[in-house]
Amino acid sequence: MMRFILPFVVFMIMAAFMYVGLGLNPREVPSPLVGKAAPAFTLPQLHEPSKQFSPQDMKGKVWLFNVWASWCTACEGEHPLFMELSRKNIVPIYGMDYKDKRENGEAWLRKHGNPYTLVVSDIEGRVGIDYGVYGVPETYLIDKQGIIRHKQIGAVTPEILDETILPLIKELQAK
Amino acid sequence: MKYLLILLVCLLPVFSHAGEATDMAADPVLEKRMIGLAENLRCLVCQNESLASSHSELAEDLRREVREQMQKGLSDQEIIDYLVSRYGDFVLYDPPLKKSTLILWFGPFALLLAGAGMLVYQLRKRKSRIPEAELSAEDAQRAASLLDETAEPSNQPKDNRA
Repeated sequence: MMRFILPFVVFMIMAAFMYVGLGLNPREVPSPLVGKAAPAFTLPQLHEPSKQFSPQDMKGKVWLFNVWASWCTACEGEHPLFMELSRKNIVPIYGMDYKDKRENGEAWLRKHGNPYTLVVSDIEGRVGIDYGVYGVPETYLIDKQGIIRHKQIGAVTPEILDETILPLIKELQAK
Repeated sequence: MKYLLILLVCLLPVFSHAGEATDMAADPVLEKRMIGLAENLRCLVCQNESLASSHSELAEDLRREVREQMQKGLSDQEIIDYLVSRYGDFVLYDPPLKKSTLILWFGPFALLLAGAGMLVYQLRKRKSRIPEAELSAEDAQRAASLLDETAEPSNQPKDNRA
């Protein structure tokens, strides 16, 4: 009997490891930035390049920081969610147009709608490196103290928004 | 004419060699140092390519970042620390030994030990399963006579010269 049980148990353990392992997304690299202060930057605004924005201006507020680009197809997928979220007025959404031409970014927002309180443009992608951006879209949830509380790599889905991001926003706003 | 063309096509690889994806750099020494460092760093977009060989835009930006930090006089370790603080241990091809990487470092040895243990266990078990066979006196005699029979011809080689 033991002859069969032992190989079976070993097989089940291997199968369990594979089941979990194959379910993981290799593109999702855990960010070391979660729990750390959002890196400081000063960037020109997309619509008014003469004006600047830096995350220090947001102290005391919980906000979403969404990195997108006009060349990014996955961004079109998540965009309606941000449009809806901005209509509900739950949380300010700030955008960063990443490695994009100004006119392309502006045209994209005209076409798809602009859910952002404000958009900055990171034409050379330097701030993107500071934020560990490697696959647009990426979304950061930053708390009142300026600490990154959540990083979403890839498009935000309705499930992630409802089950992870929104509850976390409520929790952070209550603090 | 045809042969000349074939010869030309055959020679094409000589002119087009695939090297590291290098950007324009004014300082060859710095460039060499940058590539040396980038070879040990993993590109996040292509995942299985090094930062030195990747052609992705992010890799180009990261090489530029590394180059600029080198120009500022930062040490290799400081630059690696910067990248790890932004992108995590994932960028390292040589992962550090810590709690979350224990399985990575010692897992293979644990499996090897487990395998060796299994082997020893099975061999011991098999040895105990096959008992030493005792020969009865009668059988022993028969075996001896059989051995003698087969051994005889070699003791008295036939004369082949006849």
